[in-house]
Amino acid sequence: MKLIFEKSKEGRTAFSLPKLDVPEVKIELENELLRKEEPNLPQVNELEVVRHYNELERKNHSVDSGFYPLGSCTMKYNPMLNEEMANLFNNIHPYLDEEQVQGALELMYNLQKYLGEITGMDAVTLQPAAGAHGELTGMLIVRKYIEDNGYTNKTKVILPDSAHGTNPASAKMAGFDVVEVKSGSDGRVDLEEFKKVMDDSVAAIMLTNPNTLGLFEKDILEIARLAHEHNALLYYDGANLNAIMGKVRPGDMGFDIVHLNLHKTFSTPHGMGGPGSGPVGVKEKLKDYLPKPIVDINEDGKYFFNYDIPKSCGRLRTFYGNFSVMVRAYTYILMMGKEGLKFASEMAVLNANYLRKKLEKEFDIAYDEICKHEFVIDGSFLKEYGVKTLDFAKRLLDYGIHPPTIYFPLIVHEAMMIEPTETESKEELDRFVEVMHKILEEAKTDPEILKGAPRNTPVRRLNETIANKQLKLRG
Amino acid sequence: MKRFPYIPHTEEDIKEMMNVIGIDDIKELYKDVPKLFEGELNISESKSEIEVKRELLELSNRNANLEDYAMFRGAGIYKHYVPSAVYQLATKRNFLTAYTPYQAEVSQGTLQALYEFQTAICELTGMEVANSSMYDGGTAVAEAILMASRVNKKHKSLVAKSIHPEYIEVSRTYTESQGLEIELINYDEKTGRIDLEDLKDKIDENTSSVVISYPNFFGVIENIKRIKEVLPEKVLLIVNAYPIALGLLEAPGKLGADIVVGEGQSLGNYMSFGGPTFGFFASKQKYIRQMPGRIIGETVDADGKRGFVMVLQTREQHIRRAKATSNICSNHALMAVIASVYLSIIGREGLKEIAYQNYQKAHYLAEKLIETEKFDPVFEGEFFNEFVIKPKFDLDKFNEKLLEEKFIGPLNLGRFFDDMKNYGLFCTTELNTKEEIDYLISKVGEIDEINL
Ligand SMILES: Cc1ncc(COP(=O)(O)O)c(C=O)c1O
Repeated sequence: MKLIFEKSKEGRTAFSLPKLDVPEVKIELENELLRKEEPNLPQVNELEVVRHYNELERKNHSVDSGFYPLGSCTMKYNPMLNEEMANLFNNIHPYLDEEQVQGALELMYNLQKYLGEITGMDAVTLQPAAGAHGELTGMLIVRKYIEDNGYTNKTKVILPDSAHGTNPASAKMAGFDVVEVKSGSDGRVDLEEFKKVMDDSVAAIMLTNPNTLGLFEKDILEIARLAHEHNALLYYDGANLNAIMGKVRPGDMGFDIVHLNLHKTFSTPHGMGGPGSGPVGVKEKLKDYLPKPIVDINEDGKYFFNYDIPKSCGRLRTFYGNFSVMVRAYTYILMMGKEGLKFASEMAVLNANYLRKKLEKEFDIAYDEICKHEFVIDGSFLKEYGVKTLDFAKRLLDYGIHPPTIYFPLIVHEAMMIEPTETESKEELDRFVEVMHKILEEAKTDPEILKGAPRNTPVRRLNETIANKQLKLRG
Repeated sequence: MKRFPYIPHTEEDIKEMMNVIGIDDIKELYKDVPKLFEGELNISESKSEIEVKRELLELSNRNANLEDYAMFRGAGIYKHYVPSAVYQLATKRNFLTAYTPYQAEVSQGTLQALYEFQTAICELTGMEVANSSMYDGGTAVAEAILMASRVNKKHKSLVAKSIHPEYIEVSRTYTESQGLEIELINYDEKTGRIDLEDLKDKIDENTSSVVISYPNFFGVIENIKRIKEVLPEKVLLIVNAYPIALGLLEAPGKLGADIVVGEGQSLGNYMSFGGPTFGFFASKQKYIRQMPGRIIGETVDADGKRGFVMVLQTREQHIRRAKATSNICSNHALMAVIASVYLSIIGREGLKEIAYQNYQKAHYLAEKLIETEKFDPVFEGEFFNEFVIKPKFDLDKFNEKLLEEKFIGPLNLGRFFDDMKNYGLFCTTELNTKEEIDYLISKVGEIDEINL
């Protein structure tokens, strides 16, 4: 398909502007600062733009178009209401007087409270723009905490080898050395291995719980005890919170800091990979290190931005965070209510376990036991038919199903991580199981079908090697 | 059993599914949790769509909806016109509800749209390569400083005091923990441009980068070329550009910039209380391996047909983990696509015309304000669509008066600069009519009567 730039034709336009209605002045600028060559932007008319983006849109798989069991990414349905509510708040400038944005501030204040309640934390900032941004915020809070308490020898952050890549990257960006701890044969943090690396030089431990294998860290209370014994902080990567809303609270298990992905658990759309929103909650003792500002309320019942956080870790982004994503999450929380959030988690876990059971006979489940919201298939067994997880995944595309996350977590060979979420019906899950079995049958009888897949997609298998060798990064 | 609109399970489904799993009670799915939360969340019970809508409408009604206001405030977020087609196209559900394009074959919409975005950003900035978005302008500047330091292995960044004050804060937050140093460069009190002498004095062998805004926070247009000329060869010049201005101003890439970043909100994105917006990020090709973020490249499929994939992923956290160029994962793809649609609609001529009108309207306003003799000019440097002037009366009170007439007056720079209390930063865009501007000026005429 042509690029919009290639559809361009001199003299066409999709734009109109009122005639300049003020008297013109001559532009008094050094000649070198005036644009000589106009940027080569497309010259197309409106219908061409409309057709172009309609065509592009048709080439995307999305939650709205079909099953999307992409583990760890929590592709649940994004309610239509969320969008309509977000649009009510489009026309607010960040530097209006607080008096003029009391509604927005109240929403933020309430959301801070709700997220604190759900996670069992005492204070929440909504500033981070995504999960990884929340992690960085959390790690900078850790930094301030150790500086403030004079723990000069604390230089390390421990995280499991099953951790999401953002965890080590965030810890590193905050200036820590990363220590990976091996998972045990049961897929959880191995307590003995953990004890070997746990000492006073550890500033924090980053965990997601349930972890990226969908398993609950059953030794969490002991890990928390050990961490605190060494004055280290326990950080919770809340990207996987969808399994436990209203059932388990990180704060009650000993976690000191948590980030949430509103674009996962709280049903805000992922927008092709952003915007997200990654609020961070902390326990009382860390409140003074939060980024500035947070939303507060004064005695007169007026909401305001509180910049008076003297030990703050600073500012992580301009303005106040991804406000319109917050509106979506807030809408969702109101719609679901306390019982709905809990039910959502229960059904997400039910769906995952149902799929796991339905697939376990024919597929090799990496850790075949009660899981939480997701589970991992070890695709190594496919080798005997001459195919790989990648081939299997590409064949799923032919059946209109988005494949699970593949090759992650790194500790499972040929991994396929399946997360159905609570918004899929039993019928849809059954159809998925049927397709999985069908493809397995194809692998056994005619593996070339898998290796040549996909065939029914807008393009066939794409050549990544060429893309990386002969870099072509713009039209 | 209570029913929820977003959850399809019937009582019967649940029973059947539990049967398959071999459990009698949902509780058994949580039996490995050592400490269950036994209480009830302190959150209201679920509500109906009608109730939720009412509640949010009520909240939104307690905000000023700037659709109904004449706007003379910018300072990083701008009220520009958003053509009708932009949101209708860019927020189609297959864009909105898709994830990161991990499976390229069914994400060609996303991938091509972002590839076109990268192309447009290169065109605007005059750079060779661009990524597919950062969180916002502030984080883009911060990451550019980190990137420069990876390129030349030096640890000090000289940042113009005249870039957005919050960008400086974000940059400090991002760099401090990595042992990088930020030193501020003064602006020339007369012109409002960067003080070249101060810059020269502060450059030393540790200097990694110099960061300026174009135009700067005061609306003043920096001379990139002259700044570049005083920099030693190894020092990278980072330019934070206002993209609308690039319809009029020479592309920073042509004037010697090494990395060009910026806040993309004004390219068709709503103000949304400051977020989500997006940061754009472009550089010379030779630095590409040090660039943060996602990059889309062109390739071919098994039949030789053109297609697009994510490239250079070995820079990214999911492959390189602690050694990645950045921890960024989810970026602001949707906002980037909005910008791409916007730029396709306004096109080459539109951008030029919008930039021209922004310039003209601001100059008209500035001239008229000075004519009232109730303001002193502050900087001599040429400005784009924003400028600083100093009223001879109380700015906040004036703004209060304006507000009664549904006008949002200038930003009081005292918010950010102790030595600029009661200085006004005025802004106009293509949306400000002459009628509005004249009315604002007439209000200045009434100042004595309003007893400031
Ligand atoms: C477990 C986990 N942690 C962190 C992240 C990072 O979140 P984001 O992409 O919003 O930065 C993700 C999502 O990619 C994740 O799955």
